[in-house]
Amino acid sequence: MAAPSNNPPLLEVKNLRVEFPTRRGTLLAVDDVSFDIAPGEVLGVVGESGAGKSLTGNAIIGLLEPPGRIAGGEIRLEGRRIDDLPYEEMRKVRGARIGAIFQDPLTSLNPLYSVGHQLIETIQTHLPLSSAEARTRALDLLKEVGIPGAETRIDHYPHQFSGGMRQRVVIALALCAGPRLIVADEPTTALDVSIQAQIIALLKRLCREHGTAVMLVTHDMGVIAETADRVAVMYAGRIAEIGPVRDVVKHAKHPYTKGLMGSIPSLGVRTERLTQIDGAMPRLTEIPTGCAFNPRCTERGGRCLVERPDLMAVGATRAACWQHDRGGVGPAIVREAVDA
Amino acid sequence: MATGAAFSGWLHRAADSDIWWSFKSSPMTIAAATATFLIVAVAFLSPVLAPHTPFDPATLNLSDGLKPPVLLSADGDWRFPLGTDDQGRDILSSIMYGTRLSLLVGLASVVVAMALGIVLGLLSGYLGGTVDAVIMRVADVQLTFPAILVALLIDGVVRGLISVKRHDEIAVFVIVGAIGLSFWVQYARTVRGSVMVEKNKEYVQAARVIGLSPLLIMVRHVLPNVTGPVLVIATINLGLAIITEATLSFLGVGLPSTQPSLGTLIRLGNEVLQSGDWWITVFPGATLAALVLAVNLLGDWLRDALNPKLR
Amino acid sequence: MFVFILKRLLQSVAVLLAVGFVAFSLFRYVGDPINAMVGQDTSAEERETLREKLGLNDPAPIQFLTFIANAAQGKFGLSYRTSEPVGRMILERVPATLELSFCAAIFALFVGVPMGVYTGLYPRHWTSQLFQAVSLIGVSLPTFLIGIVLILIFAVWLKLLPSFGRGETVDLGWWTTNFLTWSGLKALILPSITLGLFQLTLLMRLVRSEMLEVMRTDYIKFARARGLTNRAINFGHALKNTLVPVITVAGLQLGALIAFAIVTETVFAWPGVGQLFIQSVQFADIPVMAAYLLLIGLLFVVINLTVDLLYFAVDPRLRSQGGAARVAGH
Repeated sequence: MAAPSNNPPLLEVKNLRVEFPTRRGTLLAVDDVSFDIAPGEVLGVVGESGAGKSLTGNAIIGLLEPPGRIAGGEIRLEGRRIDDLPYEEMRKVRGARIGAIFQDPLTSLNPLYSVGHQLIETIQTHLPLSSAEARTRALDLLKEVGIPGAETRIDHYPHQFSGGMRQRVVIALALCAGPRLIVADEPTTALDVSIQAQIIALLKRLCREHGTAVMLVTHDMGVIAETADRVAVMYAGRIAEIGPVRDVVKHAKHPYTKGLMGSIPSLGVRTERLTQIDGAMPRLTEIPTGCAFNPRCTERGGRCLVERPDLMAVGATRAACWQHDRGGVGPAIVREAVDA
Repeated sequence: MATGAAFSGWLHRAADSDIWWSFKSSPMTIAAATATFLIVAVAFLSPVLAPHTPFDPATLNLSDGLKPPVLLSADGDWRFPLGTDDQGRDILSSIMYGTRLSLLVGLASVVVAMALGIVLGLLSGYLGGTVDAVIMRVADVQLTFPAILVALLIDGVVRGLISVKRHDEIAVFVIVGAIGLSFWVQYARTVRGSVMVEKNKEYVQAARVIGLSPLLIMVRHVLPNVTGPVLVIATINLGLAIITEATLSFLGVGLPSTQPSLGTLIRLGNEVLQSGDWWITVFPGATLAALVLAVNLLGDWLRDALNPKLR
Repeated sequence: MFVFILKRLLQSVAVLLAVGFVAFSLFRYVGDPINAMVGQDTSAEERETLREKLGLNDPAPIQFLTFIANAAQGKFGLSYRTSEPVGRMILERVPATLELSFCAAIFALFVGVPMGVYTGLYPRHWTSQLFQAVSLIGVSLPTFLIGIVLILIFAVWLKLLPSFGRGETVDLGWWTTNFLTWSGLKALILPSITLGLFQLTLLMRLVRSEMLEVMRTDYIKFARARGLTNRAINFGHALKNTLVPVITVAGLQLGALIAFAIVTETVFAWPGVGQLFIQSVQFADIPVMAAYLLLIGLLFVVINLTVDLLYFAVDPRLRSQGGAARVAGH
């Protein structure tokens, strides 16, 4: 399902920068990130831990943990700027327009309240419903996310549910006020492998039925390949490559993405061995000049050491790599030579 | 020479350590350490520093009685900078001697509690079974009651067993014993926990195989492991022990007025408080508060710096 | 849940028996009950007859059972000091101590918990830091010193409030109360603050650290992501999760209050059980000490049981698991 490109985007992120002041200076954890999500579209955001993908998600729902803060750029939801909203205004957006799902269903639910209480509380916060109406809606949602025996389960407490069932409850909570966008941060990482696929399928089906867009943050390329319409690959706080999922998976344009794809085992294709990318992502304090990936890149040229590439269009995808600098001079030329 | 080099090496490592760093970076802790040091130094040098020997009746003169502090009243007398009590005793000297006694009793009770707790904890953890069950149940029951109550009870029992005159003579030892017996539980639990962990480690099993006394091994290996937590408990308990002694003395069941600690001084002053002679109570009270606050601040810092799982 | 409560109940009985045993040993072996009852001139034979009559020659276990049976009926023998029945002496003084402890507990709870919530929610605000500093001083000041300072300021210098005694009380037959007269109420103020201040700082520090911990949890973050109001998050979700440890400590502190009343009652010449206990320690009045010990033991056991039952009301995990594990890492 390709993104309908003629519609105005649901979410626009432009030049987003997130920084962390520390004792040893300010760290730029998300550096100049821009992307759109169309209504009903599933955007996968993939990268290693520390690449800035979760922080981007948190910035969108307005819940960056201090001392982290948005240092620049803007975020628009349905055309309305939301990154500079006062706390109370943003609170009304959270849950109502943007839902969120976190990594660990075991700890996302308050252990002292029944799941029904938590659902009804969220529904009544955002929708003008009576308690009875809210309960009916909560019940419908629990049925929709596939909780068997919802009529009795609604009064049960979180500890009485299994991990997979709890994540279903969390999905119901994220959907309960009918948001346009769901930011799902590693929604299956904490679950059993056997349950992961069910949860992803459920999320995908529900969002299609409700017309809800999803920003799916994960480090699991397999999940993205199955679920997402488009994918953004993040590396060291920047987007390395973004484009339709089929193109990125099959014809990666950025050396880092190629490496990532090489590390996914695929069924039916007999490969000698999985490739791996040598080295590790640099720490935020030690990002090299030029392209952040250059120490690990097998296709590096002189230009990559001194000048940082922006995203450049390559067919339907865009990649931040000098290889694709069509109008320019490619990766081999050193900047001094260009300037001279 | 060799010791000198070893010492400077030790000094170097100490200056490099995290603890020293956390000490240096906390002005509050430095202030608390300085205050503690000053109070301790002055208290222990009181026979040299104190202008009077307030509890030698021969030096007292009733006509010096109830002099107010010098700086706050024209009636003051420079011989008695903080004033005198109704017997003509110099408050400043009384405080210096009293602080010394409070500190001594506090330190001694902490040592008693620590020794008792470590021994019982080692036995409990090492022997297990019935011994462990008995020691830990006693600990549980005792923890149900506030330490001050336990100390009061022990003091009362001793009074029931011996005569009043004899009690005054050995009051210091009774108080040290009573407070020591009220605070052993925390040490015992910490040591026991550590013993339980170490007991099944391979080096202890190995020691057993080659015929070394495992108990010896435990003492050698477990004790160093619990030094940190025990030290933290001891520092925090020192403040508590000083307060407990002061409270007992204030209640009139601690140190007698012939041998006054800070608590006794406050009790004596409290008896004449209604007539407005506040300095007899307030100065010893302020000294006690400053001492305990400083020790507590040091204890808090030590706990955070060593960061054992204590709460 | 039923099994859990039964287990707790058995444990409580065991603790009570242990305390009873200590009290009995005190009563029987530290003091001599006969000396208290007869004069110097009583002959050895008369003493022996009395011993026999009182059952003091019975085997120790029988004596222990008799002691417990008597204690259960409030019979603790005669005081060495005043020769009055100990049970009655204590009973007369119970209302004074309970009313004082009650007021102190209310003060500590209704000031300490809100202060803790506030400092936990806004740890960087200057008022929070002020509260923190004051609480550190509060923990370091011995109770009696706080009492003396309050007396000096409000009774000696300002002459606003009385410094000793209960003031006028109203006798309700089986209970004397401070609450019905103006002077009785005024007399309660300073002792209640003195007694409650330490518990107040303790509660405040506890609630603060629990609040800080809870505010970092995932379910609070998720509650924010659901767009709940700050009010619902702070008081509905965060505060309720801090309740379990707070109930434990508050319960234990209630017992400590009654024990610490010893000190406050001495400072303020408050005619309560604590003052009686101090007098009995000074005079080695063993029967009173033994009775007081049993009373306090009973009190602590009852409080502990109540605390356990409150857990069930607060935490659903305990209700279904039969209380296999206490939560929140305590």
